[in-house]
Amino acid sequence: MDLFEYQARDMFEKHGVPVLGGIVATTPEEARAAAEQLGGGTVVVKAQVKTGGRGKAGGVKLAHSPDEAAEKAGQILGMDIKGHTVHRVMIAAGAKIAEEFYFSLLLDRAERRYLAMASVEGGVEIEQLAVERPEALARVAVDPQVGIDDAKAREIAQTAGFPEEILDAVADVFVKLWDVYANEDATLVEVNPLVRTEDGAIVALDGKVTLDENAEFRHTDHSELEDAQAADPLEARAKEKGLNYVKLDGEVGIIGNGAGLVMSTLDVVAYAGEERGGVKPANFLDIGGGASAEVMANGLDIILSDPQVKSVFVNVFGGITACDAVANGIVQALQILGDHATKPLVVRLDGNNVVEGRAILESAAHPLVTLVDTMDGAAAKAAELANA
Amino acid sequence: MAIFLTESSKVIVQGMTGSEGQKHTTRMLASGTTVVGGVNPRKAGTSVDFSTDGGTVSVPVFGSVKEAVAETGADVSVIFVPPAHTKGAVLEAVDAGVPLVVIITEGVPVADTAEFFSYAQSKGVRLIGPNCPGLISPGKSNVGIIPADISGPGKIGLVSKSGTLTYQMMYELRDFGFSTAIGIGGDPIIGTTHIDALEAFEADPETAAIVMIGEIGGDAEERAAAFIQANVTKPVVGYVAGFTAPEGKTMGHAGAIVSGSSGTAQAKKEALEAAGVRVGKTPSETAELMRSILSA
Repeated sequence: MDLFEYQARDMFEKHGVPVLGGIVATTPEEARAAAEQLGGGTVVVKAQVKTGGRGKAGGVKLAHSPDEAAEKAGQILGMDIKGHTVHRVMIAAGAKIAEEFYFSLLLDRAERRYLAMASVEGGVEIEQLAVERPEALARVAVDPQVGIDDAKAREIAQTAGFPEEILDAVADVFVKLWDVYANEDATLVEVNPLVRTEDGAIVALDGKVTLDENAEFRHTDHSELEDAQAADPLEARAKEKGLNYVKLDGEVGIIGNGAGLVMSTLDVVAYAGEERGGVKPANFLDIGGGASAEVMANGLDIILSDPQVKSVFVNVFGGITACDAVANGIVQALQILGDHATKPLVVRLDGNNVVEGRAILESAAHPLVTLVDTMDGAAAKAAELANA
Repeated sequence: MAIFLTESSKVIVQGMTGSEGQKHTTRMLASGTTVVGGVNPRKAGTSVDFSTDGGTVSVPVFGSVKEAVAETGADVSVIFVPPAHTKGAVLEAVDAGVPLVVIITEGVPVADTAEFFSYAQSKGVRLIGPNCPGLISPGKSNVGIIPADISGPGKIGLVSKSGTLTYQMMYELRDFGFSTAIGIGGDPIIGTTHIDALEAFEADPETAAIVMIGEIGGDAEERAAAFIQANVTKPVVGYVAGFTAPEGKTMGHAGAIVSGSSGTAQAKKEALEAAGVRVGKTPSETAELMRSILSA
């Protein structure tokens, strides 16, 4: 889960990372009040969107008074930045910046440990810096068993070429950013820019944090950070039912078991759709290994609630849950759904007890169900039905 | 031979007394795996009876992995404990000197995986998973949740991030059979990578050809491609899932996400093809490519 800047700021503050005052606002009036609360002086009004390039898009504006903060907030709220609607702004205290730096800590999937990156050339597009002047971006491996202690923090700061006089202060901030990473189960903590102010303080001026959803069981407070406004209503409903569903833009509803097989199903349907009116997969839905009638009914219910869906492809490989159990699940799911089931279903079963499974569906002879033997053939049939 | 798992492998099950553990221990025993013990400190000294086609098998429960290893000489542990307890279970197995630990559990925090992987690596222990179906050397041993009756023994080595695509590919090529099929899992950090499996298959005299299945996210497939080009002489066919996955959305597996231009299926396919790997557009087409190689 990616956090908004204001959420990252609050999390930094909680772990002792130096930040400036920042208050989130959803209306111009709230923005005015926030600016007053921050002392009534100069503030920065910053769009809160989970995408880069908001500055260029006009989503960050300076305001010299609470009235101006309200006015600027009014301009920014509702703005569209790369497809993200701005629902909130953060009113941030102003700072006199002397120098801008960069720091991030992330998973190194290839080396199976963590990687700290730092640069004394901050405030720029870091991807661009990494390509154009890789020598300006220090990369230091971090052992997950040790983390960033004082020695490691100094190593990172020295490798990146931070000036000697601020080495201790910067290292101290790095250790605190490690605290955020480790104690909150983050997979990314990025500060761009990390600044030295004219009065010599080291401050995290902007923050990006990604949290590991697998670790939610030990962070009950993390669920409050979820952005309910952005969640697709069908995705939210699926999540409530414990289903692994991602809404996509297409006409063929997809149900399968196993993440890899479902991803593969999306591809096969998209290929089949190329020759059939350009129909596309409507969703990702993995019902997992134990495809019970109830799970199948819940899954079908979600997919049939998507008005864009014109046909449904149920693609199941019978492993531990054999095909006969899956076939019974489909038959019972259709009974549970009754009149709510209105779209044609193409079913492909393979694997354990496939003969029994197919026989169950054939003898049920549900008018909406078509059985196809192969995955590629079933994808073609589902695409054809969606294009009819 | 096969890789990592042979007929002489002695397996203990951490989490054997739980419902998933019991279910899959029954299946492992039924497919010929030598399961020598389970671990549960609260049930130490008891035993669990499993009914298989060959009659009832009684498997002893030990109080710790160390005890189980001392009593049985186990050299493989398979873990079915919940995510909150997985790190502790892996560390215990590593400390007990088990050389191969297979972690089936889904939903393990990646920080825990990073930590226990680092520890296992320092002790020379091989981990497989987490969030994986395990591995099977058909006719010899089966550790994890792969259905044993999909395919018998043969000459194909299979390595895959995905469980069901492993099953699908085994099913499509069941007339040829497999030396070992291994599901390495779809998490961002995994104990055994495509490269580890490719290296072992290359060295295994019973493996004649290799199927490699990848998916979006990370750059493991690109690195595997470079490894194949430099080190693998056996024919390899590949498949990559997730061509139509949108950017920024996690597709089921915690690691399956396209971020920006990195981790796309297209980039992986191109890297594999540049390394001389024939890549199928669908699982069936991939199976056909393997079929033509083995029939030639």
